[in-house]
Amino acid sequence: MKKKLFLIFLGLGLLLTLLTTLTIGPVWINVLTVVKILCSVIIDISRTWPDNFQDIILNVRLPRILLGILVGCALSVSGCSMQALFRNPMASPYVCGVASGGAFGASLVIVLNASQSFIMPVAFFFSLLTIFVVYYVAKTGSKVSSETLLLSGIALSLFFSAATSFLQYLAEEGELRQIIFWLMGGFWASSWSKVKIVIPVILSGTICLLFFYKELNILLLGEEQAQDVGVNVEKTRKIILVLAALVTAGAVAACGVIGFVGLIIPHIMRIFVGPDHRILLPASCLCGSIFLVWIDTFARTLISPTELPVGIITAMIGVPFFLLLLRKRKKLSGF
Amino acid sequence: MELKILDLSFSYNSAKTLDGIVLNIKEREILCIIGPNGSGKTTLLKCMNKKLKPTTGTVLINDINILQMARKEVAKNIGVVPQVSTVSFPFTVHDLVMMGRYSHKGRFDTENENDRAVVYQCLARTGIAHMADRLITEISGGEYQKAIIARALAQQPEILLLDEVTLHLDINHQIEILELVKALSEENNLAIVMVLHDLSLAARYSTKTIMLQKGRIFAYGRPEDVISIENIRDIYDIEIEIGRSSKGNYLNVIPLSIINTEK
Repeated sequence: MKKKLFLIFLGLGLLLTLLTTLTIGPVWINVLTVVKILCSVIIDISRTWPDNFQDIILNVRLPRILLGILVGCALSVSGCSMQALFRNPMASPYVCGVASGGAFGASLVIVLNASQSFIMPVAFFFSLLTIFVVYYVAKTGSKVSSETLLLSGIALSLFFSAATSFLQYLAEEGELRQIIFWLMGGFWASSWSKVKIVIPVILSGTICLLFFYKELNILLLGEEQAQDVGVNVEKTRKIILVLAALVTAGAVAACGVIGFVGLIIPHIMRIFVGPDHRILLPASCLCGSIFLVWIDTFARTLISPTELPVGIITAMIGVPFFLLLLRKRKKLSGF
Repeated sequence: MELKILDLSFSYNSAKTLDGIVLNIKEREILCIIGPNGSGKTTLLKCMNKKLKPTTGTVLINDINILQMARKEVAKNIGVVPQVSTVSFPFTVHDLVMMGRYSHKGRFDTENENDRAVVYQCLARTGIAHMADRLITEISGGEYQKAIIARALAQQPEILLLDEVTLHLDINHQIEILELVKALSEENNLAIVMVLHDLSLAARYSTKTIMLQKGRIFAYGRPEDVISIENIRDIYDIEIEIGRSSKGNYLNVIPLSIINTEK
């Protein structure tokens, strides 16, 4: 019961985050106006605000914040699932090489001077390609060992990192800057078209993962015991892995490589709510969304009119906070 | 209820770990598997609940081949209590036992009144109802073992497999767990298969004993026939003395010395 309240609290937190961060930017727009503008989309309200406010809220800030919510949720939920799946606290959404694959794809498009609109689909394609290669390598017969999976993931990550470095070496000044920005990850290029592409992938993947809470809990006790109580371990592992990778690939394709969130948010939530994935998965989703939206708000306002890459701030704010928590309440997380 | 094993063989690589195993067990029976390390005891248990696929031969539960049953179906028939493992994740005892209900639930089912009632019964039966809300990381080895037994019972199985459940427990907890197992076989009509290292305890608690040597059945029958001075000498290369307790006429195995054999 206490834990359900915690979820409700996080849900309210996300709503509050959405409304507050919509007001923040080079132009301050008060909450009431924001709410009115949002409502005006659905129902007819007489306009008492300047036209450009409408544009700022609906076409600039809202898609960006929604993308932040989706990506934060995607990275956290896949990180949380992967950590349970591999029973390894170091596992993160990028562990199967998803991010490096995606980064390589994006860099390729940039270096080849192809249209910007290709970046996302190509990044998505390479992310998924990486997972399938990793999975194929780790598979012997019908079995997939998690150690081999982790190792081959790391190996393929290194391969694609090297390939990306090679592209950087070839790239010209302008392209290089673009690649580096992409590698650091960020939301500056958010748009409704991006949101529309990412929403189905991330939302459906996340919802499916949420329904695997029983299996994830049982898998924490180990493969043997999971089989004893009736979990089809091989099949379950395959499904969870593909879902987590899909969701991550969506996030990477949308906003580049944002580290830290997928690794740390699940650990922080584990400290607060314990190892039960029925609560832990949704808590991680919500907390990841809140966290990433606020970080992005700092990123775009702190040294306005330029922006900082999100990845830098996530690490700088998040790591000290996490270390503090870890020291204080380590045993509650279980890892 | 009947569990039948017909001419079962299993090999990890080329060497046969199990060879020509034939046995059957019915409800209210307690079958004890004894034998030296590496004789295939745990492998046999794993073949019984489909964790390992036998190279040849079949395992039948009520005349249904276990290989044709889905994982969940197997779990509804067979509960397993593994060797004590390290626990690192702070689930509550209640949550751990609730995991035993997994095989009875569909993808979108949540736990209902019936599940909670079953879990409570299992907790009460194993004597740990009062610690339902304690964390499994903070209870003793004996209590954890009981929680695992409760979880296996929550599967509402007809067969219970136990793999060296008394390992690392003090004598009091060993007897408590084995008495519980014995009572369960009688009250719940369970068929029980357990691997035990302690020969005296095996003789005390089994109705049938099977002695394995290098994957083959060396002896099979009543415990007092299987656990004999000659058999133990042949299998373990040790001299023993067998006494009989004055109460209940139970065997008491006392090891004396190692036989040096140059084979």
